[in-house]
Amino acid sequence: MPKSKSAYSFAGKKEKLDTHIIVVWVDNEAGVLARVVGLFSGRGYNIESLAVAEIDQKLNISRITIVTTGTPQVVDQIKLQLKKLVPVHKVADFKREDKNVIFKEMALFKFVGTNGKIDKAISACKKYNAVILDSTNRSKVVQITALRREIDKMANDLKKYGLISISRTGAVAMTRGEKVFK
Amino acid sequence: MPKLFSGAEIVFKCLEDQDVSHIFGYPGGAVLPIYDELKNHNSVKHILVRHEQGAGHAAEGYARSTGKPGVVLVTSGPGATNVVTALTDAYMDSVPLVCISGQVPTHLIGTDAFQECDTTGITRPCTKHNWLVKDINDLAEIMHKAFEVATTGRPGPVLVDIPKDIQFQKAPYKKFKRKSKSNGASHNNFSQESINELINLMSKATKPIFYTGGGVINSGPKASELLRELVYTTGFPITTTLQGLGSFPGDDNQFLGMLGMHGTYEANNAMYECDLMINIGARFDDRITGKIDEFSPKSKKVHIDIDPSSINKNVKVDLAIVGDVKSVITSTLKTLKKSKPNFIKSNKQKTSKWWEKIQKWRSKRSLDYIGSEETIKPQYAIERLYEFTKDKDTFITTEVGQHQMWAAQHYKFNKPNRWMTSGGLGTMGYGLPAAVGVQIAHPQKLVIDIAGEASVLMTMQEMSTAVQYSLPIKIFILNNEYMGMVRQWQELLHDKNYSESYTAALPDFVQMAEAYGCVGIRAKTPEELDDKIIEMLNTDRPVIFDCLVDKQENCFPMIPSGKPHNQMILGPKDKEQNKITGKGRTLV
Repeated sequence: MPKSKSAYSFAGKKEKLDTHIIVVWVDNEAGVLARVVGLFSGRGYNIESLAVAEIDQKLNISRITIVTTGTPQVVDQIKLQLKKLVPVHKVADFKREDKNVIFKEMALFKFVGTNGKIDKAISACKKYNAVILDSTNRSKVVQITALRREIDKMANDLKKYGLISISRTGAVAMTRGEKVFK
Repeated sequence: MPKLFSGAEIVFKCLEDQDVSHIFGYPGGAVLPIYDELKNHNSVKHILVRHEQGAGHAAEGYARSTGKPGVVLVTSGPGATNVVTALTDAYMDSVPLVCISGQVPTHLIGTDAFQECDTTGITRPCTKHNWLVKDINDLAEIMHKAFEVATTGRPGPVLVDIPKDIQFQKAPYKKFKRKSKSNGASHNNFSQESINELINLMSKATKPIFYTGGGVINSGPKASELLRELVYTTGFPITTTLQGLGSFPGDDNQFLGMLGMHGTYEANNAMYECDLMINIGARFDDRITGKIDEFSPKSKKVHIDIDPSSINKNVKVDLAIVGDVKSVITSTLKTLKKSKPNFIKSNKQKTSKWWEKIQKWRSKRSLDYIGSEETIKPQYAIERLYEFTKDKDTFITTEVGQHQMWAAQHYKFNKPNRWMTSGGLGTMGYGLPAAVGVQIAHPQKLVIDIAGEASVLMTMQEMSTAVQYSLPIKIFILNNEYMGMVRQWQELLHDKNYSESYTAALPDFVQMAEAYGCVGIRAKTPEELDDKIIEMLNTDRPVIFDCLVDKQENCFPMIPSGKPHNQMILGPKDKEQNKITGKGRTLV
């Protein structure tokens, strides 16, 4: 071990990281997203993706879905720290592997090129609930909903068919069946 | 039509309803309407500081010594940014503060107006919560909510940013109804089973230890009484953190002293060797744990804390009890008396070997130092100060550095709320303004800031505040002309390269005291020290005491960086003795 030149301890051994989807219900007020995101950056937690929108106009509640990675200890800390924020109502946490939870991301693809190429692209998109939102002689805009890694793969595979622009959301999550997270 | 009040009036109505008697502040353009209103509210006394950081630390001193929230009033822009250090300090050490800041008028926000800054943005990470008041009708509710957030659960600072136009606008004010004692109660989230489990662990333990922190003090004076009862009922040894000093009598035989980086040999070794650690209101800070992988490897760990996010943050524990310290100890004592009325008798046998071991560690006398007849040893100065002030119900504040650790080691506290120090953030310059706040809250008591000459220069301007309000605070400077702790680390870790840690052009503190209109006293030799201390204590005015101490003295014992508790470095006195036995080598 090298002689310490610091008044602080060395970093301990690295632990395995898991991917978690954290869902936070917050008051939709000024600065609330900054509080949540600031907590993540300030304490050195990861954000892989983020999705946020108001879900109840009357109660003024927004739902924030954050995909993050961390050791079990860090993920616990994330939840506990979030719960301490004043505008936070409740916090749910799902493992990416959880079979009882649906995770979806949406992506918009713009293809430019010949019809033949674009048709091939669209048929490849079919299995991901493809919807054609805009269509011209030389271009099409297609919406798909899928898992993150599926969209990653599509984005890579479809380049050869004239995919020139991608816009995508962060993941959103919902439990299967009748159960609701309280 | 209900009576309408201006925003500035509503601010004071809220302060009155919250029983605020003192606010610490500094005026400026964006808070002038509030300052204009001050004259109409005699029950709220304003203390004019010389720098907003001083207002924040004074409010911290006030809060810590009374248990009530400290209130700060500053202007926009630089007023708000100057108070950020104090807010962060209060956040780290769980001190309840309510900071009211002025802001430029609503229509100018975002235009880079004169003295505008994004105050809520800047203070977001260093407050429990903050608000920008955009509607006069929200002001009263936000103000009262601010006090609630600051004082409930784990206490901390909050900030309310009020634009100048809102201070002029009018709205009705509804009389505030205080909720029946909500403090702590709603944060108790523990079951009788967990208390039973704690008692089960306690009755099995052969090498137990209590490790207690600032949470005991934040839980109120009753919590400290209950802690004493618990410690006496169990017969277990106890060590406290820097912030926990005073929750248990410092001269009691069951007290092992402070633990951590500069804690005693017996406390740290007991933490390492114990089989049951009961953490009450402490947070496994890195200055306490040392190397985390080797922290107390053989023990079951219990953690009692009001803040759920403190549990398992740094150290994984076997039993977590989330709740207010006072309530948890009350339940524990009740159950203990009912289920094991003879606990101490049955336990004495079990822990007798443990106590023998502790006595052995104790006999190392790890706080000892090599005395001198020529120069004043800093430890000696604190010992003498303690001897002359221990019967006076003295309040001690400190700055940050070697003097702070020596004060923690050699001054023995018997009551909670008597020890104000910046632990988490380690803010040099904390002690002088904190002493101002303490003296405001306790005008008849003796208040001493044990200081270093480098720290005290950071907020020296508050001497002027002390003189203005006739606050007879005593600034006891251990002057070694170095940033002592920096020098010590450079000596031990950086091959004695004393880079920029010597202050070459120090002011003459005695003349400085006189310039401020207070009294300056200097002590140069051990021989004259006692008389000078007595002279200081007999002076009923603010005093700056320039105590010239040994420049080379280091603070021991010490856990070197990256080392566990059982690998402490002991002081030169031990080395001297161990030359004969040769045993000390294994310890370095």
